Amino acid sequence: MRQKTDRLIVAFFTTHDAMAFEEACLSRGVPGRLIPLPREISAGCGLAWSAPPEEEEAVRRTLTDAGITEQAMRRCMV
Amino acid sequence: MIYLDNAATTMHKPQAVIDAVVNAMSTFGNASRGAHEGALTSSRVIYRTRAKLAAFFGCPSSEQVIFTCNATEALNIALMGLFEPGDHVISTEMEHNSVLRPLYRLQNEHGVSLDLVPADRTGRIDPAEIERRIRPETKAIVCTHASNLTGNRNDLTRIGRIAEDHGLLFVVDASQTAGAAYINMEEMKISVLCFTGHKSLMGPQGTGGLCIRGDIPIRPFKVGGSGVQSFLTVQPPEYPTRLEAGTLNGHGIAGLSAAIDYINETGREVIEAKETALMMRFYRGVKDVPGVTVYGDFSTEDRSPVVSLNIWDLDSALVADELAQTYEIATRAGAHCAPLMHRALGTEQQGAVRFSFGWFNTEDETDRAIEAVREIAERGRPE
Repeated sequence: MRQKTDRLIVAFFTTHDAMAFEEACLSRGVPGRLIPLPREISAGCGLAWSAPPEEEEAVRRTLTDAGITEQAMRRCMV
Repeated sequence: MIYLDNAATTMHKPQAVIDAVVNAMSTFGNASRGAHEGALTSSRVIYRTRAKLAAFFGCPSSEQVIFTCNATEALNIALMGLFEPGDHVISTEMEHNSVLRPLYRLQNEHGVSLDLVPADRTGRIDPAEIERRIRPETKAIVCTHASNLTGNRNDLTRIGRIAEDHGLLFVVDASQTAGAAYINMEEMKISVLCFTGHKSLMGPQGTGGLCIRGDIPIRPFKVGGSGVQSFLTVQPPEYPTRLEAGTLNGHGIAGLSAAIDYINETGREVIEAKETALMMRFYRGVKDVPGVTVYGDFSTEDRSPVVSLNIWDLDSALVADELAQTYEIATRAGAHCAPLMHRALGTEQQGAVRFSFGWFNTEDETDRAIEAVREIAERGRPE
């Protein structure tokens, strides 16, 4: 297994929101990628955005500008 | 074969649509079911297709574009999910059974009352008759954009204004128009637009959907796997997941996406103008043939590219079979799932032969169809 690293994780209510957020991050150059929703955030399934922790401000701004309400956002080792 | 059954489905598709489906079938995982590249590829295409459809139909929120397998499913979701016992709904005699049967079910099983605005002998309804039927408990106006039998179109702008003036929902069946006719949900005050992907949109069969404008909570028609919020005991309340339980037709939606691109690149107005011109060419070629009765209102060209007719008192099934077997012309005979429209036109027994034109038809094909009608009329002349 690869070594876990400290990441900022954003969970979404719908796949549509996850897709919209990915598109917004790509267009703004906000780094990160979609990953399976880790259990540290929520039990269940779905997509989450994994970003470097230092990008939190950019991530929050992108969520606001894209009109997306996150289901959860926190740092964790994934 | 000369294919003139485009109101049933556009059999000839743009090559880009076929290519998109074939490509999707070897590259798509299950959308919303995983974060590997195959699942994400499918999810991204579906996401972008929602956005394209929202832009195409003037729907303000792409997450409120819901995919279904056809317009019938979309109409069932909308109609069964909007009304409560005691509500009153106004619809018309122009409707297809995909509207009528859900409405009859609501009436018979769910305590919803129903008024159907009558059509005249040309198959038209008067929007003022809709307004006259509005009562305090009226919840919605439900109507087709165009009759699948006559091609007559309803004035959605006028009906939408009536709905807005009275605070009613406006549900539109765009099965016969989506893709070719101008539709803007904002301008026309449409609350819910139900469409199919395989007719004028020229996408694959098994695609369709509903677009929802504004804050309208439609009850889920089906519940089940969503790929998100798995431990909820109910369907997640957020659109589009709210109405999309189960795996989507990702392969078909990829084709629909390519179809919208094709229409946008070609020009919707260009497509509509060609189809209208072929329809009018055919109409003018057959309307004065002895024995031919054409149905519908041709006083305006603002209509869908359909010409339904009968020849003498010949069974429409016999005429359609003759067209297919002798002339290799594909049409549709019978009742067209529009029983009240046939009653209004007086064609319940005979049915009608429907010629419906599409983007890939030509003037030569149209002229050969005119000639075939003339010959059948001559041969079928009563003695």
